[in-house]
Amino acid sequence: MSIKPYLPVIALAVCAFLLPPVLTAAKSAFYLTQLTMSAYYALASLGLCALMGYAGQISLGQAGFFAIGGYASSFIATRNLQAIASSPLAKALDLAGLLSRGTDPYGVALLSLSPWVSCILAVLLAAAVAALIGMPVLKLKGHYLAMATLGFGLVIEKVVRGTKALGAADGLSNVPGFPILPGLVVTGGKAARASNFTISWVVLALALLALVNLFRSRAGRALRALHDGEEAAGANGVDTSRYKLNVFILGAVFAAVAGVLLTHYNGSIGPGEANVMKSVRYVAIVSVGGMANLTGTLIAGLLLNFLSLRGIFGSLDDAVFGIVLIFVMMLAPEGKAFGHSFSSFLRRKGRAG
Amino acid sequence: MSILQVSGLSRSFGGLRAVDGVGFGAEERGITAVIGPNGAGKTTLFNLISGSLMPDSGRVVFDGEDITGLKPFRVARRGISRTFQTVKLSRRMTALENVMIGRHVRSRAGFASGMLASPWAKKEERSIREEAMKAIELLGIADYRDKETGSLPFGIQRSVELARAIAAEPKLLLLDEPASGLNVRETRVLAELVSRIRGRGITILVVEHDMSLVMDISDEIVVLNFGKKLAQGKPREIQANREVIDIYLGEDDA
Repeated sequence: MSIKPYLPVIALAVCAFLLPPVLTAAKSAFYLTQLTMSAYYALASLGLCALMGYAGQISLGQAGFFAIGGYASSFIATRNLQAIASSPLAKALDLAGLLSRGTDPYGVALLSLSPWVSCILAVLLAAAVAALIGMPVLKLKGHYLAMATLGFGLVIEKVVRGTKALGAADGLSNVPGFPILPGLVVTGGKAARASNFTISWVVLALALLALVNLFRSRAGRALRALHDGEEAAGANGVDTSRYKLNVFILGAVFAAVAGVLLTHYNGSIGPGEANVMKSVRYVAIVSVGGMANLTGTLIAGLLLNFLSLRGIFGSLDDAVFGIVLIFVMMLAPEGKAFGHSFSSFLRRKGRAG
Repeated sequence: MSILQVSGLSRSFGGLRAVDGVGFGAEERGITAVIGPNGAGKTTLFNLISGSLMPDSGRVVFDGEDITGLKPFRVARRGISRTFQTVKLSRRMTALENVMIGRHVRSRAGFASGMLASPWAKKEERSIREEAMKAIELLGIADYRDKETGSLPFGIQRSVELARAIAAEPKLLLLDEPASGLNVRETRVLAELVSRIRGRGITILVVEHDMSLVMDISDEIVVLNFGKKLAQGKPREIQANREVIDIYLGEDDA
């Protein structure tokens, strides 16, 4: 078995453990915060890469699923169940270890569902919504699919922005940390900075590993085949509707997991995460990464988000991603922006000029 | 015995009766050809059998089961493979990968086992690769296995598509104008390949324009004209049929 397809996974895992001490020694540990956030955005991009790059189904609703994950988990984890603490249901949940206790910033005692419960429910909700939306919408192709998923993204944005229970324009805050393992909590704050960077990059490495495996397997091959022609894929026994739905749900789950983890890391989420411009970003990242190219998407996702979070693009932040998209579509709509087709484009121009 | 029995099959597009009450059987392990002038309804008939089109009426019975109106992927799972008039391969995948897709109906690993690379999925993947290689070797295209199919000569692409269909180990193979776009030499190679495939016990139904190829390889010929069955018989009988000569051989190829 060749190790080459797994090199990016190994590189990510090595960075996950190596970068914190290195950056700390270089007195630049503050970068870890943005690198952690970039990892979660890159995770959502990887999900879209599977859907769009490999299976050829565009979605302008990826931010919607990200937001569903983040909002659902925050909403559930911040419900104070103190009022029903003595009810049999609450007692049963407590016995099962599904409740967690804390105090809010004003010292009021809190009793809430454990973040484990809220996270799992949030991801399941995103998967269910994806299944519900995907079934009718994935019958569409090309521009029509783009429009329909854009519509979905707009609806989610308007819903979170307009719902009081979800904090309307302010979003939800005071989201508790998410203890994944004893002593390992997804949460902000300086003390947890290095460990959270490691968590996020390990999660990203595992997600990448799963996708590398997938696209070297029977199901991944079927997805690539349906990208190249649904008629031929169907004639070879691929249930194209089911495969499209499955990969749509897979992409949504990746986005939701990213949304959940970033929200618990930040301790808050706002309607900006559901903004359609965020979906455009994910599409731009997959495109500039070379479409059916997991490593390209990964690098583009980490790099562009890191630069954006560092504020390099200033007030042109969204514009940069729009411009990236325009250039990719002009130069290499089929992908390989940094590989063969981009260089052949330059050669062609060179000869013409 | 007929492994495929088509009866009273009809399909209209607007006012045009593309296929009009066509019925015939395809003998098991035989080569049956469907011929007819352009627009006679050959490809429509094919698409009705393979599930790409729904018939307005009529029945398709395959291997004792009614498969009328089943979706293409379900038809494929019953043991019917096909090739396309215009070769339909994944251009950015290698020849071997394309042929491995042919094994889809003969394997089971799904998303979860694929992502986790579970031991049984990897074992299955190895057998998919081995069986695909056998099909590639049968068609004599082993030299091209690691080439992206988009870069291959058209004749080789045809063979890759044929290998993909064979890899599924179908009971019935549908060939839609397999000689179109091939030169004389490539057509001869094709005839040889088709009889090799038949030698493996696969029933073949072929739609073809190339008369010499059809007369060469077929056991039975069905002639369509304006969507209706005009004649059916052995190649000798068809060649001697006055009506067929008039409407088809006379005008088109003879």
